[in-house]
Amino acid sequence: MYSEPYIDPASAHVAAAPIEHRFNPYSDNGGTILAIAGSDFAVLAGDTRHTTGYSINSRFQPKVHTLPCDPPILVSANGYSADGDTLVRRLGQRVQWYSYNHNKAISVAACARLIQTMLYGKRFFPYYVHTIVAGLDEEGRGAVYSFDPVGSYEREQCRAGGAAASLIMPFLDNQVNLKNQYDAQTGEPKTATYLSLDETVKLVKDAFSSATERHIHVGDALEIKIITKEGVKLEYFPLKRD
Amino acid sequence: MDAIVARYSRTPGVEHDDLPGEEQHDCSAPSSLPLLSLPPISQPTAFLRAHTDDASNPDCKIKIAHGTTTLAFRFQGGIVVAVDSRATAGNWIASQTVKKVIEINPFLLGTMAGGAADCQFWETWLGIQCRLHELREKSRISVAAASKILSNLVYSYKGMGLSMGTMICGYTKLEGPAIYYVDSDGTRLKGDLFCVGSGQTFAYGVLDSAYKWDMSVEEALALGKRSILAATHRDAFSGGSVNLYHVKESGWTFYGNHNVGELFWKTKAEEQSFENVPTDFTADA
Repeated sequence: MYSEPYIDPASAHVAAAPIEHRFNPYSDNGGTILAIAGSDFAVLAGDTRHTTGYSINSRFQPKVHTLPCDPPILVSANGYSADGDTLVRRLGQRVQWYSYNHNKAISVAACARLIQTMLYGKRFFPYYVHTIVAGLDEEGRGAVYSFDPVGSYEREQCRAGGAAASLIMPFLDNQVNLKNQYDAQTGEPKTATYLSLDETVKLVKDAFSSATERHIHVGDALEIKIITKEGVKLEYFPLKRD
Repeated sequence: MDAIVARYSRTPGVEHDDLPGEEQHDCSAPSSLPLLSLPPISQPTAFLRAHTDDASNPDCKIKIAHGTTTLAFRFQGGIVVAVDSRATAGNWIASQTVKKVIEINPFLLGTMAGGAADCQFWETWLGIQCRLHELREKSRISVAAASKILSNLVYSYKGMGLSMGTMICGYTKLEGPAIYYVDSDGTRLKGDLFCVGSGQTFAYGVLDSAYKWDMSVEEALALGKRSILAATHRDAFSGGSVNLYHVKESGWTFYGNHNVGELFWKTKAEEQSFENVPTDFTADA
């Protein structure tokens, strides 16, 4: 946030102590996002609270976007919302230009590589965002890609990003990838299988209501976007507003 | 084919405005490179450090993934490359499933230590340069030349805050198996054996004590895997799983992803090592 240093008129004549100014274009607007890939679907969900510090600026500022391409791709860039909105807007333009230039829709894999180059293009002046993309791959399977602020990326089964990532990610490791779970009879480690869409949405809601209980920057409402071969479905779920 | 080459090669020093780059501020790097925008201030490097370097500023907002153990060594049967798979940002384990071996092409491997994005981005970029070399010269690039493209690139960004420690591994008729260590300071070393990353000392300890030129491929793969295991055990910033590769004349082959969770207990039981670690914490000492 840009702000002029406050100078008390009464003491303005006194030689003030030197103030060090530094270019600080970043802010943290809180919020959390979460994506899970299924066998023939993918979900990308995010809460809608927008904050700076301890102030809640908005209770409904959606941050899960659908890119203008067919089949659609879901994307969310969580962190500093000005950077996130800018990235998503520019990405939307690039994705449209891709379809004009190549006369076909962009694949999720190509979209992920495009995002890498866009993020790395600002390697020395980064977008302060954790980016997650969800869609269907060329075989119709759910695909989730996640990115660090400067563009390193990886395809995953599930990923949480943003303020409460550290609260949600361990829960996902355990419930989606069945980490540290063992068969009661054999004692063998359980192997993960695809979750159904219903189970996935339930898991997403639980993850967010739990994060809302323990993180001040998460709450108000949850927006869940579900992508299948039929298109994008939207679902809202109220979260605690305190 | 020459037309394709002409279309996609770029001459340094010539302006190309047909590429949709990341607009705004020009970068001082040669224009054959992707455009990287800079903050509109006098000290871009100090700016970047203040916001991204968690060593000099623990409260910095943008955490860049760090921490690793990677190794590669030459032996009678080619090259073994082994790496861990953990990515950390501060104390947070950002991922346990990172691919730290970058498959540049079917004959070249690059390893990833330092900034994940720097390594991933520039090593895929190196893959493009190697392919262009192949199209221009009608022969595969040497490991020496490939590694030098990368080292010259990072040198052109020296002082700007790139962070990478990488080994370029490959096999050509001309050179045989070859490993070059390249880092973001601009260092480029040819060698038989390297370990790179926060866990390098632990890996060196195991590797140096058992390394022999005349090892079989199986022995070499086992030693590479064992050295990374040792590093994941003692270095908190390394862990997850071990990825194994073997490079020979016909190119590289992947030898599996080995989760440390199971690999550790299996290794301990099989070779009676890690004796200091109790199998059962409830048993009397």
